[in-house]
Amino acid sequence: MQLHISTGDGLPIYLQIANQVKYLVASGRLAPGDELSPIRVLAHQLLVNPNTVARAYLELERDGVVQKRHGSGTYVSDSGSPLARKERVKILSERVDALLAEARHLEVEPQELLRLIKERSQSIQPKE
Amino acid sequence: MNTPAPANAVEVTGLSRKFSSKLALNQVSLKVKPGRVFGLVGANGAGKTTLIKHLLGRLKPESGSVRVFGFDPVNDPVAVLGRIGYLSENRDLPAWMRVDELLRYTAAFYPQWDMAYAEELRRQFGLEPRAKIKTLSRGENAKAGLLIALAYRPEMLLLDEPSSGLDPVVRRDILEAIIRTVADEGRTVLFSSHLLEEVDRVADDLAMMFDGRVVLAGALDDVKESHRRLVLRFDSPQPSAPKVAGALSITGSGKEWTAICNGKRDEAVAEALRAGGKVVAEDSPSLDEIFVAWAGAKST
Repeated sequence: MQLHISTGDGLPIYLQIANQVKYLVASGRLAPGDELSPIRVLAHQLLVNPNTVARAYLELERDGVVQKRHGSGTYVSDSGSPLARKERVKILSERVDALLAEARHLEVEPQELLRLIKERSQSIQPKE
Repeated sequence: MNTPAPANAVEVTGLSRKFSSKLALNQVSLKVKPGRVFGLVGANGAGKTTLIKHLLGRLKPESGSVRVFGFDPVNDPVAVLGRIGYLSENRDLPAWMRVDELLRYTAAFYPQWDMAYAEELRRQFGLEPRAKIKTLSRGENAKAGLLIALAYRPEMLLLDEPSSGLDPVVRRDILEAIIRTVADEGRTVLFSSHLLEEVDRVADDLAMMFDGRVVLAGALDDVKESHRRLVLRFDSPQPSAPKVAGALSITGSGKEWTAICNGKRDEAVAEALRAGGKVVAEDSPSLDEIFVAWAGAKST
């Protein structure tokens, strides 16, 4: 489980950890049933406070992304898929918002942007 | 002897201290909760070291009170110093001793000294047992100081600018020691630093000091979440920084300006609108930006 913390960022570290785990689950790099690194191990690896890692895991547990199994550790939930779908949409929505904002600055209409997306999508389509 | 454990590892209330005519500490109050890492942040001369000297009982409060694990450090130095592992900024270790002599010498002061742990740390830090203290590099000296602060497993680790002037590898050792102290043992850490990147990584709570006063204190995540960075855009270039009430600081030039706000985000946005600017971007500032904003705000 490779995560990267940026301290130049205003985003609290526990949210950076939680978001990145959600991303790993959404992208399939963490599968249902996979165990997350133990809190102490991850704290040591990222060089951050273990309380911060614990808070991130708590947040993930509350969101249903992971489950604590008594006395053994933290695992990716089996019911990860509906949330994973929601997360995927959420991640893409943020990118789309940024793209729309940029398009507005450049005075490109959404219709034109849509056409561009289709065009690009076709051009990067793998050729059979 | 079943005294109830005090709710706070450190409790400072209304502490003031004058050096000649200068107020080094001005009504400082703060609480350090047990099992947490507390970062004390401030520019040089803000009063951090003076505050730490009060916790160690080396200075007597002129007004206000200081309690460490419920004890008064001036009246009860044995109870306080026996619970604190202290690394001073100057790391005043006896220069003529060898590393192994330093360990044995320090061990004699502390009944709960753990020689196996000390040995483990010595190897981990790469300190030669027969090396004289005076021949150690700056980084090795810091590690030796850290070792003797850790090896009797104190209830609280108290570090005054532990990373000051050290290379990244030694700084990493120090951060690891902090993390390990709270992770494996649930002990308390209080450290002062002007390296906000480190505070950001390891602190649960922080207090920001300027000119002897605590201007901001709380859980690090709350502090970060309560501050906002607004990028304001004006139709015409502004000859000087626009006045925006509710903002701690405004920097920029021409048409675009960045405002850092603390809690008064809506007020600042309304003020900016009135001044003819609109918000074109908004996000969370880094701890560095928050610090700089407060540094500017306290002088106005």
